[in-house]
Amino acid sequence: MKLRVLYFARLRERFGVAEEALDFSGATAADLVAQLRSRGDVWAEELAAGKALRGDVWAEELAAGKAFRVAVNQSLVALDATLPEHAEVAIFPPVTGG
Amino acid sequence: MRRGRTDIGAIASFVGLARDHNAGSGVQAMTLEHSPGMTEKALAALVEEAKSRWTLLDVTLIHRVGRLLPGDPIVLVAVAGQHRGEAFAACEFIMDYLKTRAPFWKKEETPEGERWVDARASDDAAAARWNLP
Repeated sequence: MKLRVLYFARLRERFGVAEEALDFSGATAADLVAQLRSRGDVWAEELAAGKALRGDVWAEELAAGKAFRVAVNQSLVALDATLPEHAEVAIFPPVTGG
Repeated sequence: MRRGRTDIGAIASFVGLARDHNAGSGVQAMTLEHSPGMTEKALAALVEEAKSRWTLLDVTLIHRVGRLLPGDPIVLVAVAGQHRGEAFAACEFIMDYLKTRAPFWKKEETPEGERWVDARASDDAAAARWNLP
């Protein structure tokens, strides 16, 4: 299925992307995070020079147990939430407003 | 909030301000990033949650985004009720909820450079008191 994925704040800066369209074959938010986390390896193959840095950033920020939040269609969800077709998924650090 | 009505017995308000220091550094300015669309939805949801828990006569909630200087107001919560109890409680609830659920992120400008503010465990503890959904 197709997803629109948004990144905010520190994650947006570290990943170097604010928004992207993704083909997703998993079911849950956790599956999506795992797919993104695996980019470390994919980009390691594809992008020789920058691979380590960029791969490390994805793996580090989306590591299991690391604090980040996921929202689907603008509502916070738990990682076991199922992603609907054409969902807008936002991934971001814990919020610090107020 | 009070204009044209005389049934309000109490208004509790909170104003959050940009400080000139944090975590051992001077702060020259801060920029608040938000998630458009999700922000409006989150703020409306937390006001509705407050209204479902207490009998409130009116709620005003304003949160700024963009670059702010020390001393600038960041957020305003004002809650009107018949009595002070629900006004105080709902005001505190809304701030605790906002601190952990509303999609805002602060980035500080310090003499050492820019830095994202880390979420604080004490904010999670404050929010946990309310058994948020």
